Amino acid sequence: MNYAQHVLTHLRKDLRLEWRTKDSINGMLFFALLVVVVLAMAFDPASYPTMTRQISGGLLWVALLFAAMTALNQSWARETNNNVLDAHRLSSAPASALFVGKALANFLFVIAVEVVLAPIFTIFYNLHPLGETWKLLIILPLGTWALVVNGTFFAALSLRSRNRETLLPLVLLPISMPALLAMIQATTAVLTGEFEPTLWIKVLVAYVVVFTTACVLLFQTILSAD
Amino acid sequence: MLTTNDLRAEAAETSTALAAPAVELTRVSRLYGSFVALREVSVTLAAGSSVVMLGENGAGKSTMLKLVAGLTSPSYGSVAIFGEGPKDQRGRVAYMSHATMLYDELTGLENLTYFGSLHKGGEGRGVLEQKAAAALLEVGLEPTNSRRLGEYSQGMRQRASLARVLLSEPDLLLLDEPFSNLDVGSAQSMIERLLTYVAQPGSNGLARTLMLTTHQAELARPLAQTTITLREGRLVSQIGTAAS
Repeated sequence: MNYAQHVLTHLRKDLRLEWRTKDSINGMLFFALLVVVVLAMAFDPASYPTMTRQISGGLLWVALLFAAMTALNQSWARETNNNVLDAHRLSSAPASALFVGKALANFLFVIAVEVVLAPIFTIFYNLHPLGETWKLLIILPLGTWALVVNGTFFAALSLRSRNRETLLPLVLLPISMPALLAMIQATTAVLTGEFEPTLWIKVLVAYVVVFTTACVLLFQTILSAD
Repeated sequence: MLTTNDLRAEAAETSTALAAPAVELTRVSRLYGSFVALREVSVTLAAGSSVVMLGENGAGKSTMLKLVAGLTSPSYGSVAIFGEGPKDQRGRVAYMSHATMLYDELTGLENLTYFGSLHKGGEGRGVLEQKAAAALLEVGLEPTNSRRLGEYSQGMRQRASLARVLLSEPDLLLLDEPFSNLDVGSAQSMIERLLTYVAQPGSNGLARTLMLTTHQAELARPLAQTTITLREGRLVSQIGTAAS
């Protein structure tokens, strides 16, 4: 079995587990919707269309970031139940395939939430993007992967900590700052049309390449740790 | 006609010629904070050994198995499995703990097919499912059972866990109290299955090695080629077949 098949095996398993429990998606969706609705009520987006366009990118990504964090801890909790992780540690299959499979599964969960959230967000904030809207099709998946790949890695890193729910945001938020800045700026650029998002998309691509490589290479060490 | 013991003896001879000891612990100590779980334990087991480890709760039996599996590292001393570090022997060692190491949300067959594909990736999905189904049948579980593992009884979970480790066909099989949740009949059929398993040669013709911990010494007697006794983290005795 080659590496891609191992990744697919893990991905299939994670999708099946989520389909049966719906732990991650339900939690994420509820949380993200709550943030979007509460913030829409906190100020009147229809009365301030320019300001709304300027802050919507930030609101969207912050909602997704916090929602994703609820799912990231959950995804590894499944592996610690019944000490399943020990079976993976003893397996001859490449450890990083487990990580990539799980990161892909988390990516799909967050994308599913985005698909539901995007129209609701557009309606609540009365958004009419002034830039090239199609670029959101690049920014959203890239930004989501940036959040998810780091989040999955640091959730695994904090697995053995007693305060893992607290530890994850403490580690993840600072390290995600460059990606957050890039994805918010790129989204704002598309929504306002005031500047080009290309530079920020390039920053996001660089971030994704660097951190995905680092996470894949380091995961074996995390998994094997006592 | 060859008996189980003949087969085992033959496989043991081959492996002795071929390989380093299956397990070699040299003055191993393991500390958890200030608690000493294992104190300067030295044990050498040839490939083909079948070892039963006895001792009270907290004697260090589980710690020793985890060290051999490579799931934890010694604080002092060294552990070698087939002449190499435990972490270099991934796939050749299988470990069954108190926990099932299986997903509660999947059925027995789904669990075994998944773990089987990680160990035996080269085989097609159909073949893997057949092997997983056969492994479940061998431990007395129905592969077509659509109940998820979380809905199994303790005994069924334990048998599913045994099926998982046997499916990977390891050269070194580590079992931590495998009979604890089983009735006598189920435990005896598990022992028979283990006797058959260790009698068959493993990869490269190497004899299979078994280490198990138990509080039910009488029950495990057929497997006790060697008996190791631990007390408060110390190795108290290591005796061979006749004496054990």
